[in-house]
Amino acid sequence: MTRASASSPVSGWFGYRINPVGLFGLAVVVFWAVVALLAPRFIPHSVGEIVDTDYFGPISRELWFGSDYLGRDMFSRIMMGARYTVGISLVAVILAGFSGIVLGMIAAVSGGWVDTILSRFLDALNSIPSKLFGLVVVAAVGSSIPVLIVTLSIIYTPGAFRFARALSVNINAMDFIVVARIRGESLLYLIRAEILPNILGPVLADLGLRFVFIVLLLSGLSFLGLGVQPPYADWGALVRENIGGLPFAAPAVILPSLAIASLTISVNLLIDNLPRKIRDRSSGS
Amino acid sequence: MSALVKIRDLRVEATTDIGRRVEIIKGVSLDIAGGEVVALIGESGSGKTTIAMTLLGYARPGLKISGGAVLVDGVDMVTLPENKRARLRGAKVAYVPQSAAAAFNPAMTIMDQVIEVTRIHNLMSPADARAKAVNLFKALSLPEPEQIGARYPHQVSGGQLQRLAAAMALIGDPKVVIFDEPTTALDVTTQVEVLRAFKAVTRKQGVACVYVSHDLAVVAQIADRIVVLRGGEVQESGTIREILEAPRHPYTRELLGAFTPKIHAHAPQSDAAGRQPLLLVEQLTAGYGPGGRHVKAVEAISLRVERGSNLGIIGESGCGKSTLARAIAGILAGYDGNITFNGRELGRTIKNRTRDELRQIQIVFQHADTALNPAKSVEEILGRPLTFYHGMKGKARDARVDELLDLVHLPRAVRHRLPGELSGGQKQRVNFARALAAEPTLILCDEITSALDTVVAAAVIDLLKELQRELSLSYIFISHDLSVVEAICDEIIVMYRGRKVEEITPAHVKAPEHPYTQLLFSSVPKLDPNWLDTLRQDPDQVRAYALR
Amino acid sequence: MNVRTQIPSLVMSRLLIAAITLVIVSFAVFFATALLPGDTATILLGQSATPEAIEGLRASMHLNDPAIIRFLKWIAGLFHGDFGTSYANNMPVASLIGGRFINTMKLAGLTAAISVPLALSLGITAAMWRGTLYDRLVTVATIGVISVPEFMIATLAVLLFAVYLKWLPALSFTSEIKSFSDVLRAYAMPVVTLTFGVSAQMIRMSRAAVAETLDTPYVEMALLKGASKPRLVLRHALPNALGPIANAVALSLSYLLGGVIIVETIFNYPGIAKLMVDAVSTRDLPLIQTCAMIFCLGYLLLTTMADIVAIMSNPRLT
Repeated sequence: MTRASASSPVSGWFGYRINPVGLFGLAVVVFWAVVALLAPRFIPHSVGEIVDTDYFGPISRELWFGSDYLGRDMFSRIMMGARYTVGISLVAVILAGFSGIVLGMIAAVSGGWVDTILSRFLDALNSIPSKLFGLVVVAAVGSSIPVLIVTLSIIYTPGAFRFARALSVNINAMDFIVVARIRGESLLYLIRAEILPNILGPVLADLGLRFVFIVLLLSGLSFLGLGVQPPYADWGALVRENIGGLPFAAPAVILPSLAIASLTISVNLLIDNLPRKIRDRSSGS
Repeated sequence: MSALVKIRDLRVEATTDIGRRVEIIKGVSLDIAGGEVVALIGESGSGKTTIAMTLLGYARPGLKISGGAVLVDGVDMVTLPENKRARLRGAKVAYVPQSAAAAFNPAMTIMDQVIEVTRIHNLMSPADARAKAVNLFKALSLPEPEQIGARYPHQVSGGQLQRLAAAMALIGDPKVVIFDEPTTALDVTTQVEVLRAFKAVTRKQGVACVYVSHDLAVVAQIADRIVVLRGGEVQESGTIREILEAPRHPYTRELLGAFTPKIHAHAPQSDAAGRQPLLLVEQLTAGYGPGGRHVKAVEAISLRVERGSNLGIIGESGCGKSTLARAIAGILAGYDGNITFNGRELGRTIKNRTRDELRQIQIVFQHADTALNPAKSVEEILGRPLTFYHGMKGKARDARVDELLDLVHLPRAVRHRLPGELSGGQKQRVNFARALAAEPTLILCDEITSALDTVVAAAVIDLLKELQRELSLSYIFISHDLSVVEAICDEIIVMYRGRKVEEITPAHVKAPEHPYTQLLFSSVPKLDPNWLDTLRQDPDQVRAYALR
Repeated sequence: MNVRTQIPSLVMSRLLIAAITLVIVSFAVFFATALLPGDTATILLGQSATPEAIEGLRASMHLNDPAIIRFLKWIAGLFHGDFGTSYANNMPVASLIGGRFINTMKLAGLTAAISVPLALSLGITAAMWRGTLYDRLVTVATIGVISVPEFMIATLAVLLFAVYLKWLPALSFTSEIKSFSDVLRAYAMPVVTLTFGVSAQMIRMSRAAVAETLDTPYVEMALLKGASKPRLVLRHALPNALGPIANAVALSLSYLLGGVIIVETIFNYPGIAKLMVDAVSTRDLPLIQTCAMIFCLGYLLLTTMADIVAIMSNPRLT
């Protein structure tokens, strides 16, 4: 077998190679998660409180993010907005992921008409442009938070299903599944013990991407006035209500967008740069 | 006499996906004279393809030539800038790839690709190039030499593509041609024709050849000198005669040993007569499509396996041997005919068989990387059948796992490893151990050594024999490789296009009766350098049975 | 099966799937909108209408019929070009939509005309020079654009061009087009915003398609025959990447369908997407239904075409 000669030192923590870019992405994501959890504890002003006589005020020492169209503190509103943006999107992606993965594995392993029906149905669901679906459903049933969560998860379940199914189909074709089937193993065992461990990694990474899509869609809907309703506001809604400040280049309209961008770009960076396990092959045969 | 090709102290580094740099070619030196055929022999991972590609000044992505010189006709390919290298590729040094099917662009006609070298280097007019190509096709014994160029790659067979790739390499009149395992993917009967064609054309044009292979017998037919490689280092080099008759290096001897055919000594059963056969297959017909009946892969096959003895099933690709194995194992959707095991008729599919029946017949697959779950440790892989079949748990199960690992000669420490961390031979042993965990009586071995190196495969065969003695197993051994089947089986069945063509014992291998069997057996290369030249095959047989 | 008959049958089955999907989608649209709260007749007649008047209107509008009947009647109406009457404007939906639809098509057409050549050149060249600084810059920029919401691109564009540089007006005034420069000023920002989004998707997908063909063994073989880089890309990689690239173009254009909703809203552009968003806030059923169907139809058309191109460009089937 080969042996190492002159080489760059392996950077590793507990056997993983960590990438600084990925670390940065992780830091930002964790930051927003913490903010979402603890926002009410540390925001300087209440979200409804009018603190500035001037509206669309600039960034200053008292108001770190300036003031909004009514003179309220943008910093507090953005920090609280994180709860809605991150919270709703997270729950939606977990729902979508869970349904998509389970259905995808079942479809791949059962094959036959189960697979056909599931695939056709979810493909049809996928044929409706996501913004349109969100628009119509929210218009019909209202935009309370549970409705938003369920709608968002329905929109993104087909994508998660398709990905999980494709991966599972590949695994299903492998000989070790045949071996398990010959033994007489049940469907549940095949899914739980043979397929799931092999697809978990890529599927979780895919969920990260879906999280990004959901954040973007939610923000878009809120921007159109169909997402989170006043008096609550997520970041998209914050952009909507402060859009009048655009001609003045007010921080109130730019900063919520930047918050969204920071979250989505960081998730992307994190997923592209996940730590990779360093594995040494056994020597000798 | 100055050599045409001089490699001096060549070093190549690989960068693994985690950034570590590892030296995979460690100071190789060799010479090739003009018109000489030199074979680079070694197992997978020995670096033979990497070394051959340095003659083109090329290293695959992830590899880098880190030292030494590769002089082709006086020019060092290592220090040459890339655009000058491109001028020599195809014109002075040419390459015939291992998988010709993948090396052809599916969207271009064959002729366009064969003459492309002449267009790139502006060697002659397109009309002249096409005429030359047709001449090469004729010299390589390709069918329909005038029309074959107009076809697309997917419309042509594997053996033909391999020869077309050779034409593609020779059209630029290079001084050196590299043949990278060109016949490995071909059936044995096709291989004969292709080897002959290569030998004839390269001799005629006086081209120096570098022939890369792991198959010593094939190489013995075509090479003047052999260089034995292992782990990126030259173990030994010499003429054909020297290597075959008086090998000096222990590794060379090991290699030769693995290639020398061993005939299995049949242990006669003392009370064989009157005993019920372990497995009896009667008029089995099976295939694919709805209900397993649409496309017939196996037609009316009958066979029997006695307790404690082995049956070999031999045939080339597409003959239906794997389908037969799957039918016996119960994996197919259905079949016609009867399979009787231990006196009881087996159900057609898994659902119709009892758990005990399923347990007693185990199947071991060819590719250990897809046969072992990459997310599970060896312990879990071996433990599951123990729990499932025998209800073993806890300490009893751990002890049994250790026993199984001992049986297949694997160190006990392996139990914590994942399959991705094991070598090919180790994975196949784990595969086998898993079959043993069920305590079967019959094991179906479906091409289990075909993906392994020859030396490793020989060790696996020895293991199988040992286990048979210890555990009173019977095997059905399926392969396309006659020497492997000869080494272990008491009886051999020859299949062709879904039918059983002959039933034979190893003692009678020298005198088969059916024409296909005769063709098949005579096509297997032997370690004698004169074998190919003195081979006489009946042209009618060749026409009838070999896939050209 | 004869290889030559595979393409028509594959295409036919793809079209069939599209037709079935269309039926399912129209079902979904109808029933989703039928869930809208508020009784239609009450909305039309106003709060002070008498119960008899409301009942009479409901009967004459067939609102008491079972849902299935209403659905089938609606479908029949669609085929006759009768899209119903808008509640808010009391005009036939068809006349409302007509002009706006054309406006959106103009926007989409302009965007496609600019983004397709731009994105394909960037994507293909980035794949050709994989790993270089140019490629990394393109990739980073592309991911950046894809990751952010469209309204952010729109607001940044407005900030840059309207507020700081003062080159263009923030809103589009399509009614006062008199000269070419007016056209430019009216369309520039919406088109710029949409182009960014569409191009980013297209660059990413076309780069992946070309990179995949550059990694094949036959391209390596051509390299070993001494082919130069341009030859490798133009003669060997691109012909095989055309199918995936066309697929990428069709899928990226389908992204427009979502993008126009935001862009028309933020720039007050009189297109069909803005019409639909307004209709949602006024709960104008027939308008919503028709606009939604048009969008779904467009999306289906693009994805079906993408699949058909992928099928037809497989060389093994010719």
